[in-house]
Amino acid sequence: MIRAMSLAIALSYLWRAVAFAGEPVNPDADFKAFRDYFTKRFPKVSLNDFVNGPYSMDADLRKQWEEIDAFPPYQFAVDKGKEMFETPFRNGKTYGDCFPNRGIGIRQNYPYFDTKSGEVITLDVAINQCRAANGEQPFDYNKDDMAALTAYMAYTSRGKPFDIKIPDDPRALAAYQKGEQYFYTRRGQLNFSCASCHVQNPGRHIRTEVLAPALGIMAALPIYRSEWGGMGTTSRRLTSCNSQVRAVPLEPEDELYRDVEYYLSYMSNGLPVSGPGARP
Amino acid sequence: MRKLLPLVALLFSAGLSSPAWSAPADDYQAAYAKAEVAIRQADALKNQWTTTLSELAAAKKAADAGDFDAAVAHARQAEALANASIAQAKEQESAWTKAVIR
Repeated sequence: MIRAMSLAIALSYLWRAVAFAGEPVNPDADFKAFRDYFTKRFPKVSLNDFVNGPYSMDADLRKQWEEIDAFPPYQFAVDKGKEMFETPFRNGKTYGDCFPNRGIGIRQNYPYFDTKSGEVITLDVAINQCRAANGEQPFDYNKDDMAALTAYMAYTSRGKPFDIKIPDDPRALAAYQKGEQYFYTRRGQLNFSCASCHVQNPGRHIRTEVLAPALGIMAALPIYRSEWGGMGTTSRRLTSCNSQVRAVPLEPEDELYRDVEYYLSYMSNGLPVSGPGARP
Repeated sequence: MRKLLPLVALLFSAGLSSPAWSAPADDYQAAYAKAEVAIRQADALKNQWTTTLSELAAAKKAADAGDFDAAVAHARQAEALANASIAQAKEQESAWTKAVIR
């Protein structure tokens, strides 16, 4: 009797240790909770409209955007990106030789988890891998050439639903969870996390800016920002966000930046690519 | 007066060797070194603040200009900010989970 009771008590402690010792990673459950949170908080916003960021939150801002979009400020970047995309490398090959479907209409599949290298590969990284494989120098992840090329590739993919996969590989789950952790971790002297703005305060103002919801936030990248007076890559946006909360940015396309892009892109699954975008 | 001279000399030399009279440049070097240690720890945690590095730069600039009082103040502020960023990183190791949408 005493032995049975002791065993029962021991098992109950074991169950509690397993249940609360760190919840197992469950991207599907996270996805559902994430989607429900935003659709319940903003019931008047149609699901696909979340990819329009602040324009889905503010009617006046949306009107300005619709007028600006008659002559899109990112068009120069798209045209330049198309020319770059179609210009052969010195060895005669092109970007089309590196990508599925010749690189057209594929933005929605990035980033992906590369099981060979054990890392998340973003579109920007894949472009530089392509350049390296063909004897070309890499592009700076923050500068205009990368922004133009990714703008063109996003443009060819407009409307296609995000389809980010997490393969059955513990390293992929780990990358997803690191991305989730990065997203929710407070940093910088101002002690903000990405979630501080994009989960807790979408639709509200921070200084003069209307904050975008985290749902669909990757869909419009790369973006032309009026504040920048030009196109900017995902790296540029992440590093500038870090600086704005007084955190020293990581190196562009740092593993953590790729992981957070992976996490947020997975949360955007099913939503349409809307890039390249224009933002205030 | 001549009887007092040895006493005066004794007091003067004691004053020179007391900590309150250590060279200002040495104080700055010590404060800067402590700040650098904390900054390296913050770097290792990938959680450096921009203001920490600004304060360290201000410390060096003040020291280069010979204003060691200001240099020490800036260096100590840099150390304090670095320590705060370290504390933030350690706290956030677990605190982030409380913000997650479930």
